[in-house]
Amino acid sequence: MQATTMAIEPTLAILSGKGGTGKTLLSVNLASVAKEATYIDCDVEEPNGNLFFNPTQEFGKLVTVKKPVVDEALCDGCHKCVDFCAFNALALIGKRLMIFDEICHSCGGCIHVCPQKALSEQDRAVGEMSIGRSDSVRSISGSMNIGESSGVPIIEELLKHKGEDLTIIDAPPGSSCLVTESVRLADFCILIAEPTTFGAHNLAMVHELVSLLGKPYAVVLNKVMEGKNPAEEFCIKNNIPIIGRIPFDKKLGSLNSVGKIASREEKHYRELFASILSKALAKVNP
Amino acid sequence: MIIAIPSDKDSLDSAVCVSFGRAPFYCLYNTETEQSTFLANSAADSPGGAGIKAAQLLVDNKANIVITIRCGENAAKVLEPADITLFKALNLSVADNIAAHKQDKLEPLKEVHAGYHNGH
Amino acid sequence: MKQLLILSGKGGTGKTTIASAFIRLAQAKAYADCDVDAPNLHLVMAPFPNEKITDYHGLDKAVIDSSRCTNCGICLDNCRFHAIKLQDGQHIVDPIACEGCTLCAFLCPEKAITMVQAKAGELKLYSNKDEHFSTATLSMGSGTTGLLVTQVKNQLKEVAGETEFAIIDGSPGIGCPVIASLTGADLALVVAEPSISGISDMKRIILTAAKLGVPIAVCINKSDTNDELSAKIESFCWKEGIFFVGKIPFDPMAIQAVNEGKTIIDYACDSGTAVRQVYAKTLQMLKETIRR
Repeated sequence: MQATTMAIEPTLAILSGKGGTGKTLLSVNLASVAKEATYIDCDVEEPNGNLFFNPTQEFGKLVTVKKPVVDEALCDGCHKCVDFCAFNALALIGKRLMIFDEICHSCGGCIHVCPQKALSEQDRAVGEMSIGRSDSVRSISGSMNIGESSGVPIIEELLKHKGEDLTIIDAPPGSSCLVTESVRLADFCILIAEPTTFGAHNLAMVHELVSLLGKPYAVVLNKVMEGKNPAEEFCIKNNIPIIGRIPFDKKLGSLNSVGKIASREEKHYRELFASILSKALAKVNP
Repeated sequence: MIIAIPSDKDSLDSAVCVSFGRAPFYCLYNTETEQSTFLANSAADSPGGAGIKAAQLLVDNKANIVITIRCGENAAKVLEPADITLFKALNLSVADNIAAHKQDKLEPLKEVHAGYHNGH
Repeated sequence: MKQLLILSGKGGTGKTTIASAFIRLAQAKAYADCDVDAPNLHLVMAPFPNEKITDYHGLDKAVIDSSRCTNCGICLDNCRFHAIKLQDGQHIVDPIACEGCTLCAFLCPEKAITMVQAKAGELKLYSNKDEHFSTATLSMGSGTTGLLVTQVKNQLKEVAGETEFAIIDGSPGIGCPVIASLTGADLALVVAEPSISGISDMKRIILTAAKLGVPIAVCINKSDTNDELSAKIESFCWKEGIFFVGKIPFDPMAIQAVNEGKTIIDYACDSGTAVRQVYAKTLQMLKETIRR
C-alpha cells in the first residue's frame, strides 16, 4: 500500500440485497483490521455496529428536520394546505389544523401555499447520532426514532462527519433511496452475498443498483461451504471480481451472535479480513 | 346521525373491510332517513398517510360514528376531535353491522394501533 | 380466505425457507410474497404457465418542460430533496431523488413543471389452474410501502377469495409494510433467530402484532447455533403466554434445497422433519383461533 499519511484514504461501502447476509460482520471486521479507520453505520433503522464496537462516546447530537407549525390566530381553516400535502400529513377539523410530524416529509410546501401566512417552520428531532472510539476505530452511528418516515436526514448527518482516514460504510439492506444516499461518497462498493439461490438473486439486485450508480465494485462471498454456490456462479457469469470468501464457520457465527469482533479475537480471522481489505484497497488505487 | 363503515364492495351485503384507511369504499348510513350511500375512498391509493386522508374524508362527509375492525393511531387522532365515535365491527356484513348498532350490540373500539410509516 | 402470515423482525432468518415448506405441506392454492424489497419466494416455486403483470405507481414525479423553462432557478432553490439539477445550463429533475411533493410545480412562474405518473414497481400474479401466487418487485431506488403490500394481498384475494387459506410471506421490519401485512391476518408465525439482535427484533415484531390483535406463534430457526439463546426465547414465550411451535436446527441441506429450487421437506433431513412438526402445531393453532 502506497498511501501516505497526507492523502485522503478511500471510502468503502458494504452492501447487500437483504439483511442478515453478513454486512455488519464484514464492515466491523474490515474497520478493525485497518491501522486506523472510521466506521459509519448507515443502517439507521436497525443499527447494530455499536453492539460490536461498544465505543466510548466522544460526541453526540440530535438530528433534526424542519416541521411546519401553525399560528391558530391566523389560520382561517381554508383547507388549501391539506389539499396540497402529497403525503397526507395534514388534517383539518373545523378550524383546527392538525399536523402529523412523522408523516411530514419537510418539503415546505404548506408554508408556500398558505394564503394567511399562518404556517412557519421549526426544528424537530427525528433521531440521534454519536461518534465514539473503540481501539483503532472511530465509530459513527445514528438511529432513527421509531415511527419516523425516513432515515435519509440521519444518513446525511452521519456522512458529514466522515474524515480523511479509511472509511467503511455499513449501508442499509436493499436498493432503496437510503442505500443510494449511503453510498454517495463511496469510492468502492463491496457486495456481500450468501451461497444460495436467494443470495444470488439479492446480489443481482444490488449489482444492478451499483451499476446504475456507476460505482466500481467487487464481491465477498459469505458462509461459503462445499457444494453449489449460485452467488459465485453469478459473479463468474457477469465477470464480477471476488475479493474474499468467508467460510461457513460455527465459531465465527457464535462469536458474531454474541457481539464479538472475530478479527480481534483470533489471528486467523484477522488474517482473513486483512486479506479482503488489502484486495479491496488494491482495486481502489488507480 | 351518519354512520360510516369501511367496505370491500359498494353494497350493503359487502363484508366490512379489514383495513380502515385503505378500504375501497365507505358505506355512509343516515339513521334518520335510513338511506345508505357508498363513497369511493380517494385515500386508498396513497402510498403514505392513507389513514389520515381517509379520516379527513369522513370528517368532511359529516360522519358521527365509525364502525370498523381496526383503526390506526393517526386516523383516530383525526376522528376523535371531530367527535366521531368508534365501534368495533362484527365479522358480518355492512348491513348486519348497521342492524347490530341499532340494537346497541356493538362494543366501543378500544385498541388503536400505531401506524409506523417507514419508507416511501 | 384465512391468512397465515410468516414474519420476522429482520431479513435473513429463514422466513422464506419456512414459508415455502409450509406451502408444499399444505398443498396451498393461494400464497403471496409481501417481502417486496427483496422477494425470494418465486425462486423456489415451480414456474407458472400464466402471469399477469401490472404497473405499480407511487406518487407522481415532477417533469420540467424545457421549452417553457426560463431557468429562473426557483425550483432548484426550493426543492428540499436535491432533486433539481442544473445540467448543461438546463434545469432537470432527478427522478430517483424526487419525492413527489409538487412544490416545484406550484412555484414555477412559467407553469413549466407538471407531475407525471411514475412507475415504482410491478405487481405480479402467477396462476396455474386454481393455484395462485401473488408478489411484486420494486424499481431501483424505490422503497416498500403499505400500499404495495396491500395491493399484493388484494390481487390474491380477488382471484382466490374462496380458497380456504393462504400462506403469506411477510415484510421484514416493523414499519408500515408490516402493518399492511398483518392487517387481515388470522395468525402470525414469527421466525426468530437465537442471537442478541434476533431476540430484540423478535420482541419488537411481537409487540407490533399484539397491538393489531393478531394471534402470534413463535418458532426458532437455526436453533442449535446458540442453544442458550434458544432456551431464552422459549422461556420468554412461556412467560408471555405466546404459543411456541418448535425449533428448526441449522441444516446445510436447507441451503442445498434452496439451490436445487426445492424445499426442505423434499429431502430426508433434520430441518425437514422439524418443519413438519412446526407446521402441524401452527395449523392446529390456526384452526383454534378461527374457531374462536
